[in-house]
Amino acid sequence: MPDAILNQAYDVQRVRDDFPILARSVHARKGKPGKPLVYLDSGASAQKPRQVIQAMTRFLEEDYSNIHRGVHFLSQTATDQFEAVRTKVARFLNAPNDRCIVFTRSSTEAINLVAASYGRTFLREGDEVILSIMEHHANIVPWQLLQAEKKIVIKVVPCDDDGVFDLNAYKDLLSDRTKLVAVTHCSNVLGTVTPAKAIATLAHERGIPVLFDGSQAVVHGTVDVQDIDADFYVFTAHKLYGPTGLGVLYGKYDLLKRMPPYQGGGDMIESVSFDGTTFKAPPSRFEAGTPPITEVIGLGAAIDYVEALGRDAIAAHEHDLLHYATQQLSQVDGLRIIGTAPGKGPIISFALEGVHPHDVGTIVDQYGVAVRVGRHCAEPLAERFDVGPTVRASFGLYNTREEADALVASVQAVKEFFGA
Amino acid sequence: MMDDLRELYQEVILDHGKHPRNFRHPDDSNREAKGENPMCGDRFMVYLTLKDGVVEDVAFQGRGCAISTASASMMTELVRGRTAEEAEKLFHVFHELCTKDDPEPHGDIDDETMEKLMVMSGVRQFPVRVKCATLAWHAMDAALHGEATASSDQF
Repeated sequence: MPDAILNQAYDVQRVRDDFPILARSVHARKGKPGKPLVYLDSGASAQKPRQVIQAMTRFLEEDYSNIHRGVHFLSQTATDQFEAVRTKVARFLNAPNDRCIVFTRSSTEAINLVAASYGRTFLREGDEVILSIMEHHANIVPWQLLQAEKKIVIKVVPCDDDGVFDLNAYKDLLSDRTKLVAVTHCSNVLGTVTPAKAIATLAHERGIPVLFDGSQAVVHGTVDVQDIDADFYVFTAHKLYGPTGLGVLYGKYDLLKRMPPYQGGGDMIESVSFDGTTFKAPPSRFEAGTPPITEVIGLGAAIDYVEALGRDAIAAHEHDLLHYATQQLSQVDGLRIIGTAPGKGPIISFALEGVHPHDVGTIVDQYGVAVRVGRHCAEPLAERFDVGPTVRASFGLYNTREEADALVASVQAVKEFFGA
Repeated sequence: MMDDLRELYQEVILDHGKHPRNFRHPDDSNREAKGENPMCGDRFMVYLTLKDGVVEDVAFQGRGCAISTASASMMTELVRGRTAEEAEKLFHVFHELCTKDDPEPHGDIDDETMEKLMVMSGVRQFPVRVKCATLAWHAMDAALHGEATASSDQF
């Protein structure tokens, strides 16, 4: 457990010490020092604390083995540690029990799993799936694949000019034809936090299940899947300061047990013969093949890390950064922030008049500032705001006000450069 | 550090980026291709008027960053009046300049043209921007070959 957490006040400098990569500089050249890294791209992927790196290293050095098979000592040890993380994830989401937690490769795979398994089984031609305009491509394309196969209809909930989810439009879209709602819990572009509880309540009045893409939401606040009454909830480890290659699907057990396997293979069967094969109950049914075992151990350490810091304390720190950075950026002439919904997460997308985001990204990078440029895997949203690509600064638990200042200074340098 | 930036964003590039030449859709064009970079959303249409194997006119429209816009603009100035074969050769030489530290000898391309091609070669220091610099050139090449699109995924 990091010492930093013993402090009541959020000590961001001590938090930063937990992240080895934050000490590095970038663009160092022969004889010339580089610029300190200002990492404002946690929305794409967060950096990893030493606690996560060490947990994975320790596991590989001391306890590694395949799991759920073999009677030997290490297999037991590894299985116990692996399954303990499942329980930890269940607690992290306040899921009723760990049988509701399925490990996948990514959020993307978790959504594909629901689209393929639930979607193919329970959706028919003409059935409607409701998405929102704010979705990441990961929560659009799996449904389009299903659309091509099953001739379902996709309906899209709009947002207003601030990026607020349009609850009234959503109500109007719900009908007897609606068979599933799949929306983001926090937009990766606008930062908008959607009214998950209201979305689920309205759907449940008609008996419609709801999937939330929580890839950003779990990072920036506390998520309680029972409180919002999510039927499915997905997130990914690597945005939560954990390793890549691992996602999580939470599903209500009644739904999961009615769903057929997504992939076939080892670890998901009860018995196999060429006359027929029977499948295990969830979550094993959906975990064919050897899972990313070490990564699961890493996710466990990441959850321990954020819980030790305190999810409310992290959220408060990030809110302060969001507020401060928004204020500072707003003073830059010609800079337009896209996404100003109340209560949004610490993600700021913006356009700079007269300068293309790609040019902004290249120039601020020379000042050590890492931001994302482009359409952030959410093209329909870019069209909605008629901005094309944007620059996105996304803040994490290790960022500081000084880094927000560095961003603003580098953006001013861009303006000078282009005479904009 | 800033030297690299100045090398990438030379005055002539900033100028072409802000005031692109031949930014239009010619009435008599008979070839066209779309160039698209899915990563950043840059999208250009390149229009050619090809008669008897000669590029009589070349123009473009679309939206992109300073690098891709400037490169497209400069491409139109360099390619106009050339034979299809010459245009292809220029594309090849330009691509080498943008991607290789010691490009192949350029053969019979005159110094003035070479100098213009060299302006963009600062992108070598910025590998992710090479696709910006070559986008419209790829579209021009696709149009010459009668293809409808050039995606930067293939570059």
